[in-house]
Amino acid sequence: MAEATANGLGQNALHATHAHDAAAVATTDTHQEHPIKLYLVVWAWLFILSTCSYLVDYFGIHGYLRWSLILIFMMLKAGLIVAVFMHMAWERLAMMYAIILPPILVLVFVTMMVFEADYTLLTRMAFFGPGP
Amino acid sequence: MAETILTHTSQLDRPQGWRGIAADWASDQRAFKNVSWGKAMMWIFLLSDTFIFGCFLLSYMTARMSTRVPWPNPSEVFALRIGGSEIPLILIAIMTFVLISSSGTMAMAVNFGYRHDRRKTAILMLLTAALGATFVGMQAFEWTKLITEGVRPWGNPWGAAQFGSCFFMITGFHGTHVTIGVIFLIIVARKVWRGDFDIGRPGFFTSRRGRYENVEIMGLYWHFVDLVWVFIFAFFYLW
Repeated sequence: MAEATANGLGQNALHATHAHDAAAVATTDTHQEHPIKLYLVVWAWLFILSTCSYLVDYFGIHGYLRWSLILIFMMLKAGLIVAVFMHMAWERLAMMYAIILPPILVLVFVTMMVFEADYTLLTRMAFFGPGP
Repeated sequence: MAETILTHTSQLDRPQGWRGIAADWASDQRAFKNVSWGKAMMWIFLLSDTFIFGCFLLSYMTARMSTRVPWPNPSEVFALRIGGSEIPLILIAIMTFVLISSSGTMAMAVNFGYRHDRRKTAILMLLTAALGATFVGMQAFEWTKLITEGVRPWGNPWGAAQFGSCFFMITGFHGTHVTIGVIFLIIVARKVWRGDFDIGRPGFFTSRRGRYENVEIMGLYWHFVDLVWVFIFAFFYLW
């Protein structure tokens, strides 16, 4: 069982004695250290993107331009949070796919419910007439 | 990231890419080779939570698409009168910035945690908790404002009745998540401050020794709360 590497003045000494973990890869748990600057840059970008999406509403942009801008800013923000703040960008591919793929499959559910909602709306209009 | 330092094994001696996925999953061992069980379980919990919020947003979409009655304009509903003029969505925008800032301080707390800087980690975590509490306070203000204006789960003065039920359900569940996060942030910050992770003091509930990785696991939850708000902000408030 390898003991943790200690960096310089013992700053990074991480005691990872997994006595209880009998798996062959017991001491390969990694953690990353990135410069604080990286987090500050991402933080600034999140502020910029949030301001942009707020301005979409403030200037009253409508139609497809509004929806696509909202979605673009949303995906960029979500990507930054997951990739950098949650350190997903540095995980192994097996982990990324296990966590990120299932939520994407929710889009199938979304498609089904879009058809369902359209059908409900058509039925309501047929029985109750167009909106009050 | 050239500057990235990986303590422990910097490079796992395992295949990368698709071959790596097959090798990691096909083996009759743990699938997440360099992730501790605590972190993996938090990720899997967050995945299940993603489905919960996904279902909420999905039912909101279905309700909004299938109603004949016009949906209330969130831009006007959530406007605040400041200095004599109506500013659209301003409270929600401030709440968004508060929550993003709390995510930033949390990310830095994780970083200082791995450097074993107890003081900075605890202070940053408490700052995160304070920002989270501010967020919940602003949400309480928003709820109070809407309830006094007559929004109920079964109706509201401006349009489709489903607006109220979607609003209370989605923001209520999110606010609960933030509140639970604040409570756990304070608990973990106290442990860091006391040096529990340095001396290996057993936890009060599990009786197991914690590590500074607990700060990162806490951070994963907190960033997730921020992440959900990104989607709520886009789909409920801006759409």
